[in-house]
Amino acid sequence: MNALVLLIYNAVLNGAPLMYGTMGEVLTEKSGNLNLGVEGMMYMGGAIGLGAAFYYEKAAGAGASGAAAVLIALVFAFLAGAFGAAIYSWITISLRANQNVTGLALSIFGTGVGQFIGEYMRVREGGYVAISNELKLFFQNSPFPAALRSIPIVGQLLFSYNIFVYIAIIIAVIMAYFLNKSRTGLHLRAVGESPATADAAGIDIEKYKYLATIIGGGISAIGGMVYIMTIAGCVWNHDGLAGEGWLAVALVIFCLWKPIGAIWGAALFGALMIMYVRVQIPFVPDQIYKILPYVVTVIVLIAVSLRSKRENEPPASLGLSYFREDR
Amino acid sequence: MGSPHAIEFKNISKRFGRKVANNNISFSMERGEILSLLGENGSGKTTLMNMLAGIYYPDEGEIFINGEPVQIRSPKDAYAYNIGMVHQHFKLVDVFTAAENISLGESGKLDRDAIAKRINEIKAKYGFIIDPNKKIYEMSVSEKQTVEIVKVLYRGADVLILDEPTAVLTPQEIEHLFTVLRAMKADGKSIIIITHKLNEVMEISDEVAVLNHGEFTGKVRTCDTNPQKLTEMMVGHKVELSIRRPEPVNPQPRLTVENLTVRNHEGVNKVHHVSFTAYGGEILGIAGIAGSGQKELLEAIAGLQQISIIEGSIMYTPEGKKPSELVGKSPMQIRQSGVALAFVPEDRLGMGLVGSMGMRGNMMLRTWQHGHSLFVNRREPNELAEHIKKELDVSTPDIMYPVRRLSGGNVQKVLVGREIASAPSVLMSAYAVRGLDINTSYTIYNLMTQQKERGVAVIYVGEDLDVLLELCDRILVLCDGHVSGIVDARTADKNEIGILMTSIGGVGAGKEGSTNA
Repeated sequence: MNALVLLIYNAVLNGAPLMYGTMGEVLTEKSGNLNLGVEGMMYMGGAIGLGAAFYYEKAAGAGASGAAAVLIALVFAFLAGAFGAAIYSWITISLRANQNVTGLALSIFGTGVGQFIGEYMRVREGGYVAISNELKLFFQNSPFPAALRSIPIVGQLLFSYNIFVYIAIIIAVIMAYFLNKSRTGLHLRAVGESPATADAAGIDIEKYKYLATIIGGGISAIGGMVYIMTIAGCVWNHDGLAGEGWLAVALVIFCLWKPIGAIWGAALFGALMIMYVRVQIPFVPDQIYKILPYVVTVIVLIAVSLRSKRENEPPASLGLSYFREDR
Repeated sequence: MGSPHAIEFKNISKRFGRKVANNNISFSMERGEILSLLGENGSGKTTLMNMLAGIYYPDEGEIFINGEPVQIRSPKDAYAYNIGMVHQHFKLVDVFTAAENISLGESGKLDRDAIAKRINEIKAKYGFIIDPNKKIYEMSVSEKQTVEIVKVLYRGADVLILDEPTAVLTPQEIEHLFTVLRAMKADGKSIIIITHKLNEVMEISDEVAVLNHGEFTGKVRTCDTNPQKLTEMMVGHKVELSIRRPEPVNPQPRLTVENLTVRNHEGVNKVHHVSFTAYGGEILGIAGIAGSGQKELLEAIAGLQQISIIEGSIMYTPEGKKPSELVGKSPMQIRQSGVALAFVPEDRLGMGLVGSMGMRGNMMLRTWQHGHSLFVNRREPNELAEHIKKELDVSTPDIMYPVRRLSGGNVQKVLVGREIASAPSVLMSAYAVRGLDINTSYTIYNLMTQQKERGVAVIYVGEDLDVLLELCDRILVLCDGHVSGIVDARTADKNEIGILMTSIGGVGAGKEGSTNA
């Protein structure tokens, strides 16, 4: 029983960066933009989020507030991703360039920018960029009081995660409501399904695409910051967050473009990623475990296409640019 | 005139690259009238209306609404001037419900009850039949069209533009549409219908405006004209509106289908125990309500439904040769043996043509495997493309121009022209004239007849019963995948076929060979 609780707990913790990465990309793809630059945006978010918290603490000295550090890291990570997504939007929406090529370029660009900033800070600050242990607690500990956390099983399963897990769940609920119940969400989905229809209905397509892509990019980038500040231990290292962004892109398909699904899917992927530590089978190498998320994605894709329910399909105009006078 | 015109075009021109779509067009229409906009394919009807609906912006000229000059820069502007357009290719989001589609683009809170209430008011006022909570992808073509019209009315349009609304409807659905249109006219709405079906023009409209190759050729009151005169205005010269039907000469069995049963992708049997013989030198028509198995039958013969032929045989007898079995052969083998399928699907570019290639490239799709050279032969397709362009009067800047950018009718000419050019001994065509104007339709009918005279067995799946009765020698009627009867087209009448279409066997007769022409 305890092993299972521990597995779930760790799965959710490991899945938290993916929750952001995936939800951001869900929002982006709902507007019909396929942004493959998630990896790049998460790198930028990770390096800049860490840098923002680090320099805040340096400037504020001993009086640094944990809550402010978390907020600053969130905002800067979001802005970093939004900046990357804004470049992508301008190239694909205004200039109508190919989305796949632009997304891949953003991945390479963002990874480079993230690595550069991270390494630059590391070298400048004497080989080690990390925030103090007091501040780390704010990033890594549960926001709930000990009374709740110490309830057996339930406490660990529900109340002992770091604050980012709860923020992710709140964002997912808001996004689900926005997409399915609000007028703006309806319009956004229409843009992603059939831009010509949305255009004929008088919806400002460019505005929707820009906003969804930029906000989505920002949310994705928060995932990078969450990875660095929780899983990687608030320290910049060479490997950064190898592959998290690509996993998030796969997870978008896995969760069938549903924000709430992103939460469950990220937890499941988190579990698959740490299985090799928690559930060891003799003679099975770690690498086999590490491909499990991708194997599961393929299986889900097959299962979904066999059921072929229209609502589970990707937005119909995903990856296509729109020009009103095109014939 | 006392009151200003509801809509007035003044010297409107629009060009796409080198192609002049509209040249200096000026005319007007009044409130509370139905205007038919008539013209051949590619004559610029849709382009002109798209400028009114804000999809395109005119290069030159002005548009007046109720006497005021207006700038319509986007569909949103068009709605602001109470203009709404129902496009030929419906602009609907498939995964949304009817109500969601109808209210799309409105601002304010999403109040589903209020939307449903307003839709019900519109339904009651004009006599529409729709379910606001049904998803679009579950709807038939006519239901989708209804959603489009309600959408335009919901947005408060006083001017409705309908782009070929009847092209995809059954006769009953057309009747219902016209009833609705008359109710809207009585309510003071102005309606513009783009069409090229002359009988519908005569039936529904008050006035007719005619375009020819992007030029405006005149506007007449419907009561002062007749189909013959309109055709001349539309084409620019006299056209014979009758189909030549020579007697079949020495008919030989060419294709014998025996007890054929075909299952579609979803595992439903669409063709049940169908047997018939197609003879060289005759045109066999196939009639039936849309979706009665016509498509599956033709695809099975062409080899496209290989896996799903449950039972039966298709024997093919080339001239002077022994019969051979087609079931089990690949589509390429079947085509090389001389069975050609010119299938014109609802989505013309979906099957048969590659949209982004020019005419030459599309010709090459049929000839690339000829010869043994390492390189493809470009001269042959070049000549063929030029030939088709001239012979069928395809309106395109040159043969390298992407076919995707041609108008629907021209795309169809390219497709049918190519299939006929391969000199088949069995030619199957489905909906070959769907969406084509009258002049081109008659060109296609004549091509079919020419093939018949060459001794080709022509199988023609059509929608228009009048044409089937005039063009074909025999008509096979399908009902729900069963052969309901095979009648002699020279003696049968519309009612007889109508009954066979709706009830299997009709009067109980209808076995193969009962009427050999």
